[in-house]
Amino acid sequence: MARMKFLCDSERCIECNGCVTACKNENEVPWGVNRRRVVTLNDGVVGAEKSISVACMHCSDAPCMAVCPVDCFYRTDDGVVLHDKDLCIGCGYCFYACPFGAPQFPQAGAFGLRGKMDKCTFCAGGPEPDRSEAEFRKYGRNRLAEGKLPACAEMCSTKALLGGDGDVIADIYRERVLRRGRGADLWGWSSAYGVKPGAQPPVQQPAATTGKS
Amino acid sequence: MRLALLVLVAAFGLAACGEKEQVVVYKQGKYQGKPDNRSWENDPLPADFRGGTWTKGDRSSWEESIKKRQLAQHEYRRIYQ
Repeated sequence: MARMKFLCDSERCIECNGCVTACKNENEVPWGVNRRRVVTLNDGVVGAEKSISVACMHCSDAPCMAVCPVDCFYRTDDGVVLHDKDLCIGCGYCFYACPFGAPQFPQAGAFGLRGKMDKCTFCAGGPEPDRSEAEFRKYGRNRLAEGKLPACAEMCSTKALLGGDGDVIADIYRERVLRRGRGADLWGWSSAYGVKPGAQPPVQQPAATTGKS
Repeated sequence: MRLALLVLVAAFGLAACGEKEQVVVYKQGKYQGKPDNRSWENDPLPADFRGGTWTKGDRSSWEESIKKRQLAQHEYRRIYQ
């Protein structure tokens, strides 16, 4: 069974925002809502700048699903996390629960009222007939039902952003890492957290006693 | 009386603390009560639209088709093989 996931290769992302544009265009996302965005760390620091494209990660144990008070989320057979806008009450719990800031809320009205939640659908539409006008208006294009992958991943010019079955895209990324010749140095804890390979984790010192009992 | 009140408060107060299992259940056109179709239950697009090719209703053929599309993201294989 496929488990649809995104994987962004920070070594390749050039912060072109092509994925953001592709998503906006493909799904006709309203003004003020970005289902996908590019986050840059160490912006402007030569040699240390890294960018990564972020959207809904379609978590296997999704916190948005766990906290939704009206149970509007569901997961499809492909592992895509979707939601029903007819059930959503726009409470914003999912926004607080999501570690990626994926749920977005369109501003409705002059007083900043929140509309119904909108998020990346992995270009899989929602609970309306597939490829219908109603589905497009509420959720955007259903590219999976067309036998295509999400527009952001397919449009990525450097192929930094990969989309598809977790096993397949992990294999693609693994082969890239091997060809780069830096193997374990590029993929893992040390590259993410800056610990030198082979270094021992810091030993925790016992808390100092104050002498008082 | 106090115990009964405590039980009542606990029952209401902790009502939202449970967590439903996030398993995929597809029954009668619905995922956990939300109506949706599955991708392979659609007809493929006409060839001009460059979609995948699969047999309507056949999950494995849809998965095979989408896998080909995924592997097209692998430029080492796409270009050098």
